[in-house]
Amino acid sequence: MTLFLEQLLNGLQYGVMLFLLAAGLTLIFGIMGIINLTHGSIYMIGAYAGTYVANLTGSFYLGFPAALAAVGLTGVAVEFLVVRRLYQRDHLDQVLATFALILIFNQLVTLIFGRPPLYATTPAILDGSVEVLPGLFYPLYRMAIIGVGLLVAFGLYVIIHKTRLGMLVRAGATNREMVRALGVDIRLLYTAVFGLGALLAGLAGFMAGPVLAVQVGMGEQILITTFVVVVVGGVGSIRGAFFASLLIGVVDTLMQAYLPGLFRQIVIGPDADALGAGLSSMGIYVLMAIVLLIRPGGLFIAHG
Amino acid sequence: MTKTFLLAAAIASAFAAPPASAAEAVKIGMITTLSGPAGYLGQDIRDAFKLAIKDGKLGGVPVELKVEDDALKPGNGKQIADRMLSDDRIRLFTGINFSNVAEAAVPDIVDAGAFYISPNAAPSNFAGKNCNKNYFVASWQNDALHEAGGEYVNKLGYKSAVIIAPNYQAGKDALMGFKRTFKGKIVDEIYTNLDQTDFASVMAQIRAAKPEAVFQFEPGGMGIAFMRQYQQAGLLGQIPMVVAEPSMDGVILKALGKAAVGVRVALHWNSDFDNESNKEFVAAWTKAYNRPLTFAASQGYDTALLIASALKATDGKVSDADAFRAALRKADFKSVRGKFAFGPNQHPIQSWYEAEVVDGKNGPELKTVGTIYDDRGDAYSKECKM
Repeated sequence: MTLFLEQLLNGLQYGVMLFLLAAGLTLIFGIMGIINLTHGSIYMIGAYAGTYVANLTGSFYLGFPAALAAVGLTGVAVEFLVVRRLYQRDHLDQVLATFALILIFNQLVTLIFGRPPLYATTPAILDGSVEVLPGLFYPLYRMAIIGVGLLVAFGLYVIIHKTRLGMLVRAGATNREMVRALGVDIRLLYTAVFGLGALLAGLAGFMAGPVLAVQVGMGEQILITTFVVVVVGGVGSIRGAFFASLLIGVVDTLMQAYLPGLFRQIVIGPDADALGAGLSSMGIYVLMAIVLLIRPGGLFIAHG
Repeated sequence: MTKTFLLAAAIASAFAAPPASAAEAVKIGMITTLSGPAGYLGQDIRDAFKLAIKDGKLGGVPVELKVEDDALKPGNGKQIADRMLSDDRIRLFTGINFSNVAEAAVPDIVDAGAFYISPNAAPSNFAGKNCNKNYFVASWQNDALHEAGGEYVNKLGYKSAVIIAPNYQAGKDALMGFKRTFKGKIVDEIYTNLDQTDFASVMAQIRAAKPEAVFQFEPGGMGIAFMRQYQQAGLLGQIPMVVAEPSMDGVILKALGKAAVGVRVALHWNSDFDNESNKEFVAAWTKAYNRPLTFAASQGYDTALLIASALKATDGKVSDADAFRAALRKADFKSVRGKFAFGPNQHPIQSWYEAEVVDGKNGPELKTVGTIYDDRGDAYSKECKM
């Protein structure tokens, strides 16, 4: 039972991480109509900039402003120099341009920091693990990630549902042309949304550093899953992104944990584990297919 | 119009071939993983190989090294091999560090009558029945590395273990090799994904299984993530860990810092080996690159020395395949690992050593503490009929 609960916590932590990325991606796609593959690179830049400054100064907390500043600047530069020219183009052009940016950013990071992964430290007070329930120890740092993630989710909820900016964002996700026709400065809104998405991705990247390895290509690994989350949640819907993130996080973790064991009971022989592991990595895509069959627009449809 | 033209010109110039060097140079095709989380391994193979090339010469013969990145994608590796074979007419290949890429690219190379000398990957399916007279391995057979790991766990007296590897050929070879020699009970066998970086669910499984030891094979960036999470989960002090060489290279050790102290490693080469060739290599590496040393670098260097010995013996005539093959088989070079010979399947016969991460003067270091096997070949050589 404790094992199951621990796996649930793992799923929750993974889900929260996915949410930080998916929230930005779903807004950018839903409101601006841009397929932004650079989102993974921004995540990586957040991780590198934050970790570099944290290592240089010896303070984990100084990494936060560094990461956010770096991704903010990168986000605005990308929007201004590249993405702005793509609004009127079709999705294929967008994919081509933003994919090129992935390659450019990967190479730039390799040139600046080299290929070996960076070492990221956890702050001393978050080292070690805490006994959540009797017999259930959980790494403190991962608890902190869950906490920050939920806090951000709440903050986004307030922004989206209680502020004027949020109202415009919701309106933009529902009917872009109408918002423009009503005389809203859509360019400013676009830049704000893009910047916000970049900040969230950078935050996720920096927080992932001490858990995963800070390395070139770390963004692409999580980007694909993030797209699955956006599709499952419904494009343009923050709420959808939140629930889909948690769903995908938990399903993926539980599948990885239990499917191989299940297969060992059914299939005999050395291939059982490999088969189980292979199938569990397909799990989230199967889930996506099922969701698309039943609700082609995703779980929470933003477009009217 | 002008704009489009300029763009086309710019693209074309970027892809234009570099000026051809001296006509008589022997071309060596190096396909390796230079991008992505495991990119540092390919970089080390390449840079160490270059260390052995002096003034453009390897074994006294002018060589031209052509390096391309497979990005850890089997399809890329195969395409590069085909292109190098047909367009560049390369007859001598090396470099691949991942078994899934090797499985895709090597058959094309040897079927074309060219040579492939592996600096790292050596999947079991090329070592036995499907061995090839143009396929040489300068590193290890994949299983052998983990057979040594299994025996090391026996020697340390642990009676049960959880074993973990990525779900691809080398991972399967790893766990197969470990199980071949480990005498205790395997409590759990876990396959992870090759691009996985979050091992939280694995940590929970290990904690629940309560083994006496953990054995893992997670090379490259995966190894760093695995060890960090093992530490964060509070398992590091509780359950001893024994790893294969690729899970504790110089880069991983540096990234982990003190957290790695106490981890045991089964290896075929270590930077502290006391032989002339190794001392020369370590000094040259430090002078040229000043980066942490990895097993991959030692393998790249050894592979270059092996090729140098054959080039020297045949005066660079790779086209005389029989003579070149015979020269390679002699393995007439001073390996940085010490004694080295080829078995009947052209895979190494070599010794395996025990090592432990200790707290040294300049931070944690890997110290060789004993011997696991002397002059050991691999499990598949009997099946190879050449």
